[in-house]
Amino acid sequence: MISLADGFTLAFVSAGALLFLAGTLGLLRFPDTLSRLHALSKADNLGLGLIVVGLLPQAETIAGGVKLICIWLLAQLSAATASQLIAGIAARRKPDA
Amino acid sequence: MSLVFDVALAAGLIALALHVVTTRDGKGAIIAFIGFGLLLGLGWARLASVDVALTEAAIGGGLTGMLLLRAQAHIAGRGVRPAQAARPQWRLAAVGCGIVTLGLGFVVLAFPSPAPSLAREVASSLDATGLGNPVTAALLAFRAIDTLLEKIVIILALIGVWSLASDPNWGGSSHLRPASVPEPLVFLARMLPPFGVVIAVYQVWVGADLPGGTFQAGTILAAMWLLVMLAGLRPAPETRAAGLRLLLAAGPALFILIGFLGFLFAGGFLSYPEAIAKPLIVAIEVALTLSVAATLGLLVAGPPDKAPTP
Amino acid sequence: MADALIAVALFVLAAIALGLFAVLRSRVAIERMMAVQLLGTGGAATLLLLGAATSQPALADVALLLVLLSAFSCAAFTLGEREAADDPAEPGQPS
Repeated sequence: MISLADGFTLAFVSAGALLFLAGTLGLLRFPDTLSRLHALSKADNLGLGLIVVGLLPQAETIAGGVKLICIWLLAQLSAATASQLIAGIAARRKPDA
Repeated sequence: MSLVFDVALAAGLIALALHVVTTRDGKGAIIAFIGFGLLLGLGWARLASVDVALTEAAIGGGLTGMLLLRAQAHIAGRGVRPAQAARPQWRLAAVGCGIVTLGLGFVVLAFPSPAPSLAREVASSLDATGLGNPVTAALLAFRAIDTLLEKIVIILALIGVWSLASDPNWGGSSHLRPASVPEPLVFLARMLPPFGVVIAVYQVWVGADLPGGTFQAGTILAAMWLLVMLAGLRPAPETRAAGLRLLLAAGPALFILIGFLGFLFAGGFLSYPEAIAKPLIVAIEVALTLSVAATLGLLVAGPPDKAPTP
Repeated sequence: MADALIAVALFVLAAIALGLFAVLRSRVAIERMMAVQLLGTGGAATLLLLGAATSQPALADVALLLVLLSAFSCAAFTLGEREAADDPAEPGQPS
């Protein structure tokens, strides 16, 4: 029988992976740059967050777990600024096909 | 399952590489190349070479990309359309690359089953250095001469880059900050460098026993410094500044000094007396990290294009 | 457990590959920069999963670097794009 920690990990990690798929579907199907940017920064980051939460029980040390959370926080900062920068340029361009 | 993953990763890498080579748009190719560097970091991690993965992610995913972008912007700014390589040359290059790939593959697959390596010797001599990471021990103790020469080579490369400046600009500073800087970039340049510095210090410290090291840390510091200069939070330094040149030389100079002291105290160039081997190595690592950071940052910043203030 | 995590890592890798395919072929230049963002986040997720599957905590360090440097690359690229966009004199827009 699968242990509680392993079950927790599998559940959250699978949810995170599904969110990555959702983000990719958004990239494929959304009509314009700004909405595709939403798909990329929101869905993928939430997917990473869920994967991080899922992997916390598997961390071998407390420091390892804290590092996982720091990676996610850094990813948040990076995605937030990168999407603002990209959106700034996309908004100034004439709407493309 | 890991085999399926590795095959998928290899296929993805090849597909991305083909895209980089065949795409017509210069900037698109550079971006795909940055992506390729990041994905290749994943590949190195799968090959259990985590130190190389760290370096690939840092250099391929960060500095090389910016270097290529700045070069491309220079070329585009001149308004000269680069001539497309003629078809026979393309095909020749493709065939040549294919032959090299197949040749390398054949050679690697033809290795005898426990492939010849020095890993066992390194593992047994690790205790003498006081380190736990065999890669760091090889870089800074067993093959220290290679590392020393490598650091000098990148300084020579920097001098080469500086020599591209026009005569009146020699000794001046490069122009990094664009005319208008978007607010989010200034925000990023304020928030990211503290994290970068902490991560770099962590890489140098942990490199003694776990994957990490000076080159990765130096690259991260260089990237953070470039970000700060891009956002205009600090001006690019004048390349004739004595302090800057001292910083560039400090790492290799300390390394050479310890090398010569090895004659007196341990019987050979770059030999360390066993008792203080680890503190010596850490001191060299700190000095090298700072020098590498300054050198790589200036390499990417490019040749000076503003004359030095009189 | 390890196999399950590697399977999820493969799934994430496939999702990123599909996303890369969509983004790199886009006709809008700036969208291609999203490829770097995608690889940074997705690559980090894959590495974390692999690190847990193979008990190599050092892979988390590589993930950390991926995230850090994709942020840097995005910033460096968008500046170049802005300079290119500024050249034909566009009417100033409130930022």
